[in-house]
This record gives sequence, structure tokens and C-alpha cells, in this order.
Amino acid sequence: MSARPAAASDRAFAALADPTRRRVFERLRAGPLPVARIAEGMPVSRPAVSQHLKVLKEAGLVTERPEGTRNVYSIDPKGLAPLRRWLNEMWDEALDAFARAVEEEGDGEE
Amino acid sequence: MKAAATSAPASTLLVRKQITVKAPPARAFRIFTEKHGSWWPLATHHTGAVDAVDAVIEPRVGGRWYEKGVDGSECEWGRVQAWEPPSRLVLVWQTGADWKFDPNLHTEVEIRFDPTTEGHTLLTLEHRHLEAFGEAAPAMQAAFESEQGWSGLLAIFAAAAGAETA
Repeated sequence: MSARPAAASDRAFAALADPTRRRVFERLRAGPLPVARIAEGMPVSRPAVSQHLKVLKEAGLVTERPEGTRNVYSIDPKGLAPLRRWLNEMWDEALDAFARAVEEEGDGEE
Repeated sequence: MKAAATSAPASTLLVRKQITVKAPPARAFRIFTEKHGSWWPLATHHTGAVDAVDAVIEPRVGGRWYEKGVDGSECEWGRVQAWEPPSRLVLVWQTGADWKFDPNLHTEVEIRFDPTTEGHTLLTLEHRHLEAFGEAAPAMQAAFESEQGWSGLLAIFAAAAGAETA
């Protein structure tokens, strides 16, 4: 439990520290997109966007699947595993404390 | 009164918790909100620079969700998005994994209080839109690397969990 998060997670967040790459990643928040759509309106070239996607993929943040002649990218929810673990533990602890408080209060009332 | 069967689409971009508490929904809701600071594990779950003495959920839509420090300071956690006693509460969670308030972070915590046949409450909590944490990535990265950050937090969690059962 006290171990450092997996190196893969560090890589994920390091990948997102680059502002352009973060914009590429954010493009996918609404759903899967092909490279051409991701590159629309971006200040960098399409090959550069592809390169960013490659880094995101290697960091476990996005997945790629072929659809006809193009590749479609989507956010890989597994990249959020350490965050989910943090929230899981936090809410477990908070809700357990809440349940105890309700029981203690119940002793005094009714 | 039937629990709504409409569940959010299955997604790993949310964290879902269920727990049964021994009180009817009205009382559970009241303790959750009015007495928020009395049960919230403030020792480990707080954002301010100084120790926290209380946590407050203001009882209205748009209300603040914040902590009070020993020195009287107040630190924002988020705000109230839906206030529907005794059955439902939605809070906007704006605290990053580094336990810092981030006005640009918008995640949602929905808490439902459903009555059980025993007269107790089935509490269902969903923390949603976790993808928004991606926007706070640089801070998150710092949280990963700092001793007070992610790894430190997990150690604190483990220690606190052990101490609280004593």
C-alpha cells in the first residue's frame, strides 16, 4: 500500500506534462477520433500529432484501433488506475467513518 | 419509494461505492451534511496548510464545500451542485491528488440515500468525470513525485486505517 505507484503511472503523467500532448489527449475526452480530426486546428503538423499519440499510447493513456483505412484513437481508462486507487481508498475511509458516526449518533437518539 | 434503476453507463472513469448505514435516509443525509466535519477523516483528508478542525457543506445549491483550519482559515474543496434532502446530494470535487484546490478541476460526487427494507439507508457514492484529473496533470505529476504527494498519501492511508481500528 505504501509502495510507489507503478512506473507506468509516472510515465502517464510525464506524458501529460507536455502542453501540446495534453491538448491532443483532451481532444479525445468526448470520444474516439481519427488522427485527421484530432489534428484539426492544432498548431502542429499532423505527423507531429501522430508522434504525440504514439507517446500517449506508449504511456498507456490512449489505445488505437484500425477502422477502415484509418486509425481511431480513444482514451484508455486503464491509464487512470492509480487515480482510481487513490479515490477508492479515500472514499472507503471516509464512508467507513461516516457509517461509524451514524451508528454512534444512533445510540444517543431514538 | 423505489430506488432508481437508472445507473450511469459502465465506465472506469468513475469510482462507485456502496455502504449501508444504520439510520433512515433523512437522518443519514443530515449527519452527512450538517455534521460533515464530525465524521470526515480530517487528519488525513484535508487541503489546508494548517490542521483542519471542521468541514462544511453549505445546505443549498451553489453552497460552498470547505474546511476550516485551526487558525480560522478556510480552504475550498468544491461546491454543492444538487441539494435534494433526504435522497440525493451532488458535490463538485475540485481537489487534486496533491490535496490542493484547483478551480479548473471539475469532478462530480453524487451521493444517493436510498431506504432499505430494514429502515436503514443504502448510500451509493459515485465520483465521476475522473478524466478531468488529466487536465491537472502537471500538478498530479508533482504529487506522484513528492513525499507528501501520492506515494506519501498511500502510506498515510495505510497508517491511518490501522490506527483507526485500534
